[in-house]
Amino acid sequence: MTKQLTAVLGTGQTHHRAKRTDVSMPGLLREAIDRAMADAQVDWADIDAVVLGKAPDLFEGVMMPELFLADALGANGKPLLRVHTAGSVGGSTALVAASLVQSGVHRRVLTVAYEKQSESNAMWGLSILPPFQMPVGAGAGGYFAPHVRSYIRRSGAPEHIGAIVAAKDRRNGALNPYAHLRQADITVESVQASQMLWDPIRYDETCPSSDGACAMVLGDEAAGDAVEGGAAWIHATAMRTEPTTFAGRDQVNPQAGRDAAAALWAEAGIKDPLSEVDVAEIYVPFSWFEPMWLENLGFAAEGEGWKVTEAGETAIGGQLPVNPSGGVLSSNPIGASGMLRFSEAAKQVMGRAGDYQVDGARVALGHAYGGGSQYFSMWVVGAAKPR
Amino acid sequence: MGVTETPLAAPLNVGFDYTRSTGPVLGRFVNALREHRIEGIRGSDGRVHVPPVEYDPVTAEQLTEFVPVATEGTVVSWSWCAAPLDGQPLSRPFAWALVRLDGADTAMLHAVDSGSPQNIHSGQRVRVRWAEDAVGHIRDIAYFLPVDAEDTTPTEPAPPVADREEGAPVSVVITPVHLRYQHSASPEESRYLRGLAEGKLIGQRCPACRKVYIPPRGACPTDGVPTTDEVELADTGIVTTFCIVNVPFLGQRLKPPYVAAYILLDGADIAFLHLVLGCDAKDVKMGMRVRAAWKPRDEWWTSLENISHFEPTGEPDAAYETFAHHL
Amino acid sequence: MPDVAIAGFAQAPNVRETPGTTNGVEMLVPIFAEVFEQTGLSKQDIGFWCSGSSDYLAGRAFSFIAAVDAIGAFPPIHESHVEMDAAWALYEAWLKIKMGEVETALVYGFGKSSAGELRRVLALQLDPYVVTPLWPDSVSIAGIQARMGLEAGLWSEKDLAEVAARGTEKDVSELLDTPYFADPLRRHDIAPITDGAAVVILSTVERARDIVEHPAVLTGIEHRVDSPVLGARDLTRSPSTEIAAKALDLDGVDLAELHAPFTHQELILRSALGLGEHVKINPSGGALAANPMFSAGLARIGEAAARIHRGESRKAVAHATSGPALQQNLVAVLEAR
Repeated sequence: MTKQLTAVLGTGQTHHRAKRTDVSMPGLLREAIDRAMADAQVDWADIDAVVLGKAPDLFEGVMMPELFLADALGANGKPLLRVHTAGSVGGSTALVAASLVQSGVHRRVLTVAYEKQSESNAMWGLSILPPFQMPVGAGAGGYFAPHVRSYIRRSGAPEHIGAIVAAKDRRNGALNPYAHLRQADITVESVQASQMLWDPIRYDETCPSSDGACAMVLGDEAAGDAVEGGAAWIHATAMRTEPTTFAGRDQVNPQAGRDAAAALWAEAGIKDPLSEVDVAEIYVPFSWFEPMWLENLGFAAEGEGWKVTEAGETAIGGQLPVNPSGGVLSSNPIGASGMLRFSEAAKQVMGRAGDYQVDGARVALGHAYGGGSQYFSMWVVGAAKPR
Repeated sequence: MGVTETPLAAPLNVGFDYTRSTGPVLGRFVNALREHRIEGIRGSDGRVHVPPVEYDPVTAEQLTEFVPVATEGTVVSWSWCAAPLDGQPLSRPFAWALVRLDGADTAMLHAVDSGSPQNIHSGQRVRVRWAEDAVGHIRDIAYFLPVDAEDTTPTEPAPPVADREEGAPVSVVITPVHLRYQHSASPEESRYLRGLAEGKLIGQRCPACRKVYIPPRGACPTDGVPTTDEVELADTGIVTTFCIVNVPFLGQRLKPPYVAAYILLDGADIAFLHLVLGCDAKDVKMGMRVRAAWKPRDEWWTSLENISHFEPTGEPDAAYETFAHHL
Repeated sequence: MPDVAIAGFAQAPNVRETPGTTNGVEMLVPIFAEVFEQTGLSKQDIGFWCSGSSDYLAGRAFSFIAAVDAIGAFPPIHESHVEMDAAWALYEAWLKIKMGEVETALVYGFGKSSAGELRRVLALQLDPYVVTPLWPDSVSIAGIQARMGLEAGLWSEKDLAEVAARGTEKDVSELLDTPYFADPLRRHDIAPITDGAAVVILSTVERARDIVEHPAVLTGIEHRVDSPVLGARDLTRSPSTEIAAKALDLDGVDLAELHAPFTHQELILRSALGLGEHVKINPSGGALAANPMFSAGLARIGEAAARIHRGESRKAVAHATSGPALQQNLVAVLEAR
């Protein structure tokens, strides 16, 4: 039995900022939800179920926040789920929401992911040490920097590749009215001149810490057919997990990511991702993850991802624009970032990406990863129905 | 090594003073509290909600019609708290209660300082006992008292207050959340830690894949079975990869810059994170041979901290091919 | 859409305090082995893995990640996690099988409640602005709910003691003679602190027939949530359970496993589900016998399924709850086929 056809009917997100001190958590969520429901032209009565995603509860100090948020989410009397798969959660939340429609259980589902991490401090949340441990870690950047070094060594990539990505993504962010960082004047040189934080990762190559939320309304075939201008049809979904560390684990090009991508392209009927995918929203929190994930996803052969970046092919106008929205480097509300990637991919094929619309985008990838590069979730959406 | 040794345990305290921006509705509510007033909000079905809610439970719409209510009301139901927990409104026994203030249609959860369970009943009239120091926080209501009772002493000081501009309304409430846990290490980890207390590095081999893990895990991550065979390892090895940490952050114990490196001990099949010092950070290389620099013996305890850092031995770097599969 | 069945169930010993870690690995490794032995499956046969657990039980962010070690997740697996009782992880797995993505799924839940102060930690489930800062504990809130029913004449303290005594050697009048713990609740009205874990294997019905003689087919599963505002709804009822029940066919149910951590809550649930006098309630002892947080709901489903497997029931209802005062509820109907 095949999955029921499912579409993105509409999307919404908040203005992402370091501290959204103008709203409460419910207010933050509703900013994204209200925009998504307006974009999808649905009302509360149309929503059959709600799926919430968020990274660790400790960031906001609320246990199982779906409980206190039930009214704000319009979920009173409805099914409500809360997904948590570390940083990939925004993506896996979208996949769980999709499965509610793909399984034929519901017709229209609201899904939302958020983080209001300024209520505590993200670095603190990521660095809490249990007893007996040796304090070495330095947050997410400190965790990934050694593996970035490994990539550079393995691939022989020149040092400026990371800066190319950072400058591109921040300039793209300047085209995105919702982005946290919007730096139209940033250059490769200015990135290279920024302070080294965790060598080899520099300040301007690092995602911000943002408060924000993202929401989507997913619907069945009939709902998708009714979308003005065309819905974003889900062509394929995939998620894979592997342990954080194990003897001989490839931290640079994780098997779980490769397996997820292979399953994704197979389901989507895509044989040559680089030429068949028009735009990709990839989870790049530190600049070097762009070339790394281009390889992991199969857009480039191992060791060659940086060449695609260096050639400018991942800029808007290139062969495969990556993160035209500005990506995680421009906005990073941790729990929402994955869903932002999924929804930005949908916006592209719906023609709703405004100033960062990729011309003629018909097939788009949304990608998220989390934990120690161990959780991967991704989807392919298209302007046309699959097959 | 005793097989029935108790696993190591230690307290794990997790806490933060969360700064929560209130938004417009709760902002209005807490600012009123500071002035010893209580405001509710009218819902879609006409019910007045106290405390006010931002979004209606029936229609999910945003609510905007504020309604002042009294500071006196009726107990709807209660339970007796004979042994109060940390942070609760009172440290002497009290009643938790749902109190419906006059003018409200919903009840709010709070404490009633009735003195004894005999002195409280559903239907009883109670009044707010304001905190001596009202700052714009739910705890400005220190607790409730039976209407005719004398003021009793608030027992808890005001919560921390967020900075704000002179004359600006309160828009942030600080809610400290501090929890105490008892952390326990697994039996395998405990053996490894006890080994460290004796200056030994004890790895564990998985009976299925035969790989040597250090530190050990509850189960081999690829086979899902406990790694029970012990292997004592030398305190020498190589740096596989590393970064130079330059950034200060909340909770950081070391002063930047320092090298955080993955150390692959000779004989181990997996690297662990530690520090490399004793040379210029710029001179650290992937493949560099290192040796542990232990702290003085009298500072040792059950932790990898007994090794202060790793330092270069001066031997030639390991060839990239010999450790490339560990990256 | 294929029908889904429960093909296997195992749980860790329910203990007051496990010597294991909050990662749950020590509790999970043996029960994974047990459920594989029971069903004849191995980890390679599992299409999807899903777990339920809570960081706040562990006092660690990302605490569910270390639990994945218990699986041996390499080659990489198709896996997900909910920060809820694993009954909801079972729901997520049910969807995967229903939509034809996988044929088999393994669902697990775990929790070491003894590591922290559970009833204080659960205060964090409440409104963070105007309720949690008062630190109302879960027992006190349940006591308020219990008193409402007592004073409305919906149940008596004796009714509560009868729930507690059922299936045990305890005497109702002796129980009523004990002092209040949190007036109106006595110790016997309250679930114990339990560390534990549980695992369930789901599959298509077709596949389940290869595994077990009488598969427990999930003929319906629904869940709903109520408003969090305790003072704004009638706590003597469980509307979310009622709504879920209405969407299901509960006719002919002969057995019910109800996730009720307080005696009065069992009465609320029996009423919400419309269970008649003849229905066998909680032969496992339910949450009052053992309440391993984040697997207790899953265990209700597993216990009901196990009795169908053994031929002790033909149609059972299993229930799981989340949040204070029965705020969120999941109801599953299992039938022998």
